[in-house]
Amino acid sequence: MTALDDKARAEMREIIARYPQPRSALLPMLHLVQAYDGYVTPAGIEMCAEELGLTEAEVSAVATFYTMYKRHPMGDYHVGVCTNTLCAIMGGDAIWEQLTEALAIGHDETAEDGTISLERVECNAACDYAPVMVVNWEFMDNQTPQSALELVESLQAGAEVHSTRGPRICTWKEAARVIAGFPDGLAQDGVQAGSASLAGLALAHEQGWTAPEPESRAIESPRPTSAGEGAR
Amino acid sequence: MSTLTPLLSQYWHEPDSFTLAGYERNDGYKGLRAALQRQPPDIVALVKESGLRGRGGAGFPTGMKWSFIPKDSPNPTYLVVNADESEPGTCKDIPLMLASPHLLIEGVIIASYAINAKHAFIYIRGEVLHVIRRMQQAVQDAYAAGYLGSDILGSGYDLELTVHPGAGAYICGEETALLDSLEGRRGQPRLRPPFPAVAGLYASPTVINNVETIASVPSIVFQGVDWFRSMGSEKSPGFTLYSLSGHVTRPGQYEGPLGLTLRELLDMAGGIRDGHELKFWTPGGSSTPLLTADHLDIPLDYEGVAEAGSMLGTKALQIFDDSTCVVRAVARWVEFYKHESCGKCTPCREGFWWLVQILDRLEEGHGTEADLDKLLDLSDNIAGRSFCALADGGIAPVTSSLQHFRDEYIRHFEYGGCPFDPDASTLFTQSAGATT
Repeated sequence: MTALDDKARAEMREIIARYPQPRSALLPMLHLVQAYDGYVTPAGIEMCAEELGLTEAEVSAVATFYTMYKRHPMGDYHVGVCTNTLCAIMGGDAIWEQLTEALAIGHDETAEDGTISLERVECNAACDYAPVMVVNWEFMDNQTPQSALELVESLQAGAEVHSTRGPRICTWKEAARVIAGFPDGLAQDGVQAGSASLAGLALAHEQGWTAPEPESRAIESPRPTSAGEGAR
Repeated sequence: MSTLTPLLSQYWHEPDSFTLAGYERNDGYKGLRAALQRQPPDIVALVKESGLRGRGGAGFPTGMKWSFIPKDSPNPTYLVVNADESEPGTCKDIPLMLASPHLLIEGVIIASYAINAKHAFIYIRGEVLHVIRRMQQAVQDAYAAGYLGSDILGSGYDLELTVHPGAGAYICGEETALLDSLEGRRGQPRLRPPFPAVAGLYASPTVINNVETIASVPSIVFQGVDWFRSMGSEKSPGFTLYSLSGHVTRPGQYEGPLGLTLRELLDMAGGIRDGHELKFWTPGGSSTPLLTADHLDIPLDYEGVAEAGSMLGTKALQIFDDSTCVVRAVARWVEFYKHESCGKCTPCREGFWWLVQILDRLEEGHGTEADLDKLLDLSDNIAGRSFCALADGGIAPVTSSLQHFRDEYIRHFEYGGCPFDPDASTLFTQSAGATT
C-alpha cells in the first residue's frame, strides 16, 4: 500500500529542480516518501528511481545507509532517547530503561496501537540540555525518567505537546514533509534560544563583558554613537 | 582576568533574533554591503589576514582554503556549509542556526562572492526539525529582501542558496562524505587528492566550511582584521563558542576569545556540580583525546591543546565528575564509532566491532590485562589505516583513557564488574552531594 500519488511525483520534480544535478535530490525525495507512506516503501523506491533515472537497487543502497529512513512503519510520534555517552551518563540510560519497560517495545520498534515508536539516537547536538530526547526530531530538553514517561503518556492520550524550544509537536509524516523542504509555517513558533544557549551571554550581561569595539567599521552604523568616540 | 566576548551569540537574548527584522536591526547584512563594494580577491585576502581558522574541528586557515580555488576552472564553483553537527558533545551550530540563521546566510553570501560561487548549499543534519524550519524561513526571507537571487543589492552578483537535509549519518560531517551525500549517494569519504578545492561537488571546485566559521566572516568584513586579531592569540586569533556540557553547574554556550582555560570556563559556569570533582573531559568532542584535572590551565586554542596531546576540535567541553565510570564512557563512544563507520575501510569497519566486544567484556568485569594490550594493538591498526579521520578520532577515547585511567580498567576485572553506581552519575540523582 502506498499513498504516493501524482501530487507526490510533482513534488519530487519540485525537489529535483532545486539542484544543478538531479541525483542530489534523492535524500529529500526519500524524506518525502516518508511524508506520504511513513517509511521508505517499495513504491517510494520505485518512484524515486523512475524520476532520477536510477535503478531501484541504487536507490535502495542509499536508503539503507541513513538511519532516518525507516523500513517499516513508525509511530505517529517517533520518540528518540539520546544514549550516546554524555546523555547516557547524565540519565539517558535510565530514561531508556523506563520507556522500554513502560511501552514494552525496544529500539526501532513501534507500539501496537501505532502511536509511539522508540529509537536510541546518537548525539543530537544538544549536549548542554542533557539528558536529551527528541520527538519527531523536535528537541525535548533536560528530561528525567519521570518527565519522559509523562511525555509519552501525553502523546498517547493525544494531548497537545510542545517542544521545549520549538512548536507543538507535529506527526512523524508532517515532520518528514518539512525536512523534504515543504515548510509548514511554524518557523516563528518556539523560543529563539533555550536557557543553556544563553548561559554565557547572561553572565556577560551580568558582568558587563562585551566583545571589544572596533576602531572603525566598514560601513558606519548608528549603533556606535552610543559606544563613544572610538567609532569616529 | 579573562572575560567573555559574545559576538556570534550577542543578540541571542532578543526574542526575534531569528527574524530578518531582528537581524537587520543589529547591523545585519552590513558586512555583506561592505563586501560587495570590494573585489572578491580582496575578501579572500582579508579573511586570510584575519587568521580565521576552521571551527569544525580541524582548524585549517579559512582564507587559505578559499585561495585554493583555481581561477581558471571551466566548471562552476560551489560553497557548501557543513551544518551536519554530530560530533558527540558538539552543540554550537544548532543553537546558532536556531537563533541567528541570517548570520549564517550573510556569511554564505560573502564567502560565495569571495570564491565566485553562484550556488551554495547548507547541508544540515536531518534530525533537527525546528532548526531546518528556521533556516528554510530565513533563506526565503533573504530572497524576498534581495540578499539572495539575481543582482544582489544591485551589485550584479547572483547567488542561489539551497538548504539540504541530511538523513542521519555522522560520517557526513566528514567533508568528502558530505559531498557524496549531497550528490545523492551513500555518504562515504573519498580518497584525497584530488581535494575538494579542485574536484569537489560534481567534480567542480568546492569550498566546504563549518557553520561557525562562515558565521564569523561578516563581522571580520564589517569590523576589520585588527579588531578580530585583538582577541585570541597570534596563531589562534578571534572569538569562538565553547560548549560546556555534563557535570557542570550551568552547562551551555560560552563565547570568548580563543585561549581561555577550562579553569576559567568552569568558574564562569559555576564549577563542577556540588560535592564532586572533575575527573575527565574532552576539549573538542569525543574524537579528541581525553584530558584530566591536570590540564585545567592549558589555553584552549589550537596550539595549546595540541601541546597537551589532544585537539581543540569543536571546543565541545564534555565534563565528567568523579561519579563517572571511564570504561563505561569509552565503551559507549566506541559503540558510536562502530555504528557510524561507513564500512568503506576494513580497519575501521572491523576494528571498532572488535573494540566494542572487548570493551563490553571489560566493563562487565570479565576482562584481563591482556585485553588492555589488545585494545592498544587494535587501535594502532585502525588509526591512520583508513580513508578518513573517523578512524583516528574513534580510537582517541580508548588510547587516552588507557593512558590516564589504566588502573580503573584493572579495577573492573579485579572487582568482577563495574565498581561505579550509574545512578550516582545522573543529573537527577538524589544521592549525597547532589542536593537539589
